Amino acid sequence: MDYSNLRRQIISMKKSLFDQGYLDEQFNQLEELQDDSSPNFVEEVVALFFKDSSRLLTNIEQALEKYPQDFYRLDSLVHQFKGSGSSIGAVRMKNECSMFKAHCNNRNLEGCRRSLQKMKREHATLKQKLETYFQLLRQVGPRERAVNSWK
Amino acid sequence: MALATETPFHVLAVDDSLPDRKLIERLLKTSSFHVTTVDSGSKALQFLGIHDEDTCPVSVQADQLEVAVNLIITDYCMPGMTGYDLLKKIKESSSLRDIPVVIMSSENIPSRINRCLEEGADEFFLKPVRLSDMSKLKPHILKSRCKEHQHHHQEQHQQSDSNSNGSSNPTNNSSSSSDNSNSRKRKAEDNEETSPQKNRSRHS
Repeated sequence: MDYSNLRRQIISMKKSLFDQGYLDEQFNQLEELQDDSSPNFVEEVVALFFKDSSRLLTNIEQALEKYPQDFYRLDSLVHQFKGSGSSIGAVRMKNECSMFKAHCNNRNLEGCRRSLQKMKREHATLKQKLETYFQLLRQVGPRERAVNSWK
Repeated sequence: MALATETPFHVLAVDDSLPDRKLIERLLKTSSFHVTTVDSGSKALQFLGIHDEDTCPVSVQADQLEVAVNLIITDYCMPGMTGYDLLKKIKESSSLRDIPVVIMSSENIPSRINRCLEEGADEFFLKPVRLSDMSKLKPHILKSRCKEHQHHHQEQHQQSDSNSNGSSNPTNNSSSSSDNSNSRKRKAEDNEETSPQKNRSRHS
């Protein structure tokens, strides 16, 4: 089977994820850690991130709507979200979390709400894009998937 | 793979975030460490054989450490017991205080870093932790083993140890008769794998 088209698609998709600022160098670091002994590492850690962050988003939303708002707790939740986002290289997510934190520090409830909506959108977009990316990768199969050879 | 003549060093990794735990585990395994991960400071203490209710470290607790731990790497920000709290407990324990401790944090706060180093942390990593950071771990392990070896010699022979540096061959820590290691096997807490480590030479 001719993988060259697929490979081109994969490279192009990855490049646009980087160019559009969805991902940063940390994502490359993750791909460097993937090998025969852990062939699905990147997809697995990204899946863990989305599972964890979906829970955090729900908790943040609930905490925002609970009166009186516990900004200390909100800050802690966003801190966790930001941390794991930066671990997978999700730079837009990380930046939006910083915005949320700033609003939180100012006890700006409306600012927090707006920021949360942006975080949810970024989250959903990144999830969809990465799912597509991993689907493409799966099509080339494990042997072709030595990503380092494509750099 | 041929039977390993060297046993890898064993690192206990502590982080409440699941994706981060997976990452640190992978980084450590890629760097030829044997890894156990736990999600809290109190579970770390349990694994290490001390209970955080104990305010008074008892040397008999050392017998409960059934799997030797050569280094502890912990996140700073964790609910309940922070990485700093865990560091303090480790340093207060006569059986554990010589185990090197590394703190990880996503925040670059100099006062926090200094506080940890003053409390006895050997290294502070800014998150996200990278593969290149892993090469900083082994020197701390070797240094502490040399110290441990010296303590043992002083206790046993009442003379200073003539060995200069720790051996560059990582031998099984649990075979040394120092009072803070033990060779009994035990069911691991979390994601511990028993498969032998590959010697990865990709990143040198």
